[in-house]
Amino acid sequence: MLIPCPYCGPRDLSEFTYQGDATRVRPDPGSTDQAAWNAYVYDRVNTAGDHSEFWQHSGGCRAHLRIVRSTLTHEVKSVAYARDSIHERSRA
Amino acid sequence: MVEIVSALEPVYRRGAHGNRDGGSAITLWETQPGSIVQVTSWPGKEGAALAAINAAASLDVTADAGAGVFSDTRSAFGFAPGRWLMVDQAEGMGDTLRDRIDTQTGTVTDLSHGRTAIAIEGERAEWVLSKLFALDFSLAAFPVSVGKSTAHHEFFTLIQRTATDRFDLYVYRSFARSFWQLLCTSAEEVGYTVD
Repeated sequence: MLIPCPYCGPRDLSEFTYQGDATRVRPDPGSTDQAAWNAYVYDRVNTAGDHSEFWQHSGGCRAHLRIVRSTLTHEVKSVAYARDSIHERSRA
Repeated sequence: MVEIVSALEPVYRRGAHGNRDGGSAITLWETQPGSIVQVTSWPGKEGAALAAINAAASLDVTADAGAGVFSDTRSAFGFAPGRWLMVDQAEGMGDTLRDRIDTQTGTVTDLSHGRTAIAIEGERAEWVLSKLFALDFSLAAFPVSVGKSTAHHEFFTLIQRTATDRFDLYVYRSFARSFWQLLCTSAEEVGYTVD
């Protein structure tokens, strides 16, 4: 599988580290809602299709990326710097 | 300045090695630059950091991904967003850059004692490096002066192409001896000379 890093270009999967589901939204750190924290830590949808994920180009430019990947075909649909998507989320 | 002792010294065997049919297809040597410096800019300060590098080193690095330049004594290239490696055969480039890049622009990390610089040159340089790294080393995909960051297992490596048949590699000093032995083993097939 090749991942097209926005800085380095297409690179082999072996240079990347999976960093988890990018659809999760962390509860307010001050929250004591046990159900919300349980869902954040443990609940996963296990999508069959396009899935938003965090990866790090750990064996390259070290950038943290947000990738939309098909879990059925491993086709990478989109790649962006994670910081950009996080900034967009915080602005929203 | 403190004398830099080569990390490769116990395993650095000058001369011709490996397959001798047709002579050596590549030459390996340690370049031992006096300065290896990493510059990292804060987001939005890339232009200021790059201007400081170019002014300090009399180079002309552009902001494009992986863009690099080199001369007989100096080289510089980008290897990550907002990060550049600057190499000088003379000592003291770390201090020079630190004077020009303030903490509001970015950081300067002197890696002169923390990295080992290895050159590989010859008609089969691309072939040998392709055994180690999942990169396309062809001239079209990896033009002269461009830099790339990559890894072979634990060997995180920065590579700059400094001629059509030459690559300069920068590896962690603590892994350098092991990497050198791996590089030599990989080159045995084509025959190599340690200069």
